Amino acid sequence: MTTTSSDRLSRLLALVPYVVARDTVSVAEAAEAFGVTERQLRDDLSLLWCLELRSPDPYCPIDISYEGGDITVAEAESISRPLRLGADEAAALLVALRMLAELPGAAERDALARLVAKLEAAAGEAAAAARQVSVEVDGRTGALGQVQEALRSGRRLHLRYYVAGRDEYTEREVDPMRVLVVDGRTYLEGWCRRAEAVRLFRMDQISAVSVLEVAARVPDGVRGRDLDAGLFQASAGDVRVTFELTAAGRWVSDHYPCESVEELGEGRSRVVLRASDPRWVRSLALRLGEQARVVAPPELVAAVRGDAERALALYA
Amino acid sequence: MSRRKTDRLLHLVVCLLATRRYLSAEQIRRAVPGYPDSPEAFKRMFERDKDELRELGIPLELGSDEDDEVGYRIPPHAYELPDVHLTPDEVAVLGLAARVWQQTSMAEAASGALFKLRAAGIDADPAGSPVLQSRVAADDPAFQALYEAVRDGRPVAFDYVKMGHPEAQRRLVEPWGLTSRRGRWYLVGFDRVREATRVFRLSRIAGAVAGVGPDGSVRVPEGVDIRAVAFDFAERPAERRTARVRLRRGGAQGVRRFASAVVPVDEEWEEADLSVWDAEWTASSLARFADDLVVLDPPDLRDAVIRHLKGVLS
Repeated sequence: MTTTSSDRLSRLLALVPYVVARDTVSVAEAAEAFGVTERQLRDDLSLLWCLELRSPDPYCPIDISYEGGDITVAEAESISRPLRLGADEAAALLVALRMLAELPGAAERDALARLVAKLEAAAGEAAAAARQVSVEVDGRTGALGQVQEALRSGRRLHLRYYVAGRDEYTEREVDPMRVLVVDGRTYLEGWCRRAEAVRLFRMDQISAVSVLEVAARVPDGVRGRDLDAGLFQASAGDVRVTFELTAAGRWVSDHYPCESVEELGEGRSRVVLRASDPRWVRSLALRLGEQARVVAPPELVAAVRGDAERALALYA
Repeated sequence: MSRRKTDRLLHLVVCLLATRRYLSAEQIRRAVPGYPDSPEAFKRMFERDKDELRELGIPLELGSDEDDEVGYRIPPHAYELPDVHLTPDEVAVLGLAARVWQQTSMAEAASGALFKLRAAGIDADPAGSPVLQSRVAADDPAFQALYEAVRDGRPVAFDYVKMGHPEAQRRLVEPWGLTSRRGRWYLVGFDRVREATRVFRLSRIAGAVAGVGPDGSVRVPEGVDIRAVAFDFAERPAERRTARVRLRRGGAQGVRRFASAVVPVDEEWEEADLSVWDAEWTASSLARFADDLVVLDPPDLRDAVIRHLKGVLS
């Protein structure tokens, strides 16, 4: 949390009801809850302790003590309840919760819907902005129920999984780690026993799933990706591909993370992207048709030409 | 900013919450420590303080009791978060929501909301659930300005690069709402120049978004479905038709789950029906199967695939 005076005021106003709701709280616990150091929190407490209105007669509306490291509030009258949620606060929670509540088959769906209703009621008018913002989730999550069941019971999954870049169905056993809902798509992250590595499986590309009678065993020390660093991280084995896009092909740079985008004038651009599998690049180039041209590396330029020529030969 | 100012604002809030009567500016100056004696300096400082409180969402009420002069108070019922009682499973998903905006301008609002709920006695784990995590990106530079314009009902102007048009055009828009699909944000609103409902992709907005009218001047039509406006229009399907295609045995796996009436032809090929709509769109999605798929019928789709593949070579 930053330390502008308005943030600090918000914290001070929340601190009293926080203690009131719990009778006694240690300084350490409160500092952790509000994400500040104990020293900062003690300074907050001293502000509250000294609070005195001077007129018409001097009086102290708050009776707070924190001797011995335990905070108690004997009297707080007017600020014993937290401030209402603001429009941004309501939007941040409600937009996210409504998105998750849309996930077909999610175990949490019912709790999400109830929570949305309660927070809307509590936010009152402040909930209005939240209704104007929404995030759609792809509803093709038929495998989600089984995946969550496996996570709950700690069991292994068997998947039939379509790999679009290679146009192939694969059969694998996966020890599930987490379900991720990122930018409207749902993924299973798990230890793939075939690849012997952590893999991400798009829920809509799982064509069959079953929970096995085997305990999941994710090897020690294996961890999921850091979501705040992005879902897809470049790896050393990636190919770097250069595309020249026409104005109509511009969606490619909106859609896929590009290493660089260079404007060529008249809406055309040159982009460099990374791909873990050259076959995915070939399939993208075929889909793009005249909207794009692969210009590097040369072996991919040749492969794409070869694909198109062989396909055209069938229409001769 | 200073500890002294925080202290003054804290006193001001407590003072105005504790009073039932409206307090005049002068009464406030006497009750709250830290205001200067000079009337002019006090007035300026008090104005700024009122703005700060409003920005925090603290409801400052202006009014008067009987014949008294105009004064201020904070009505507790408008200030206080109403009671919220959550079941354990609701508390668990609350923590989940708090992490969704982690990398965006909404992150601070999400943690602010959680602080308030924690102050109401609700102990949501801000780490969320270990087995379900969610993130939504909002990294388009225009996002924050447009979100605020939507929230405040303020018309906006921005430069927009339309698909297929190289030059950016100035747009004047009454923003109705924002919606995201597959990681891309869209603004839905009324375009004042074109006098029609329009959808804008945030990634195509060039430069800054300017406010061009007072807050509260945008009227969002009753019952408008922002998402339907944004997406139904983009994906209006033409009439569906049946196409006959040849699939290489063991190949074109990606279309097989949409194929019907699959029959063997010879050692190498099978034939199948596909339900298709727009020929150009279908051609581009079938082209990716290269020489694992041949369109036999209808002729316009067959021609579209040929044209599309020639486009790859051009």
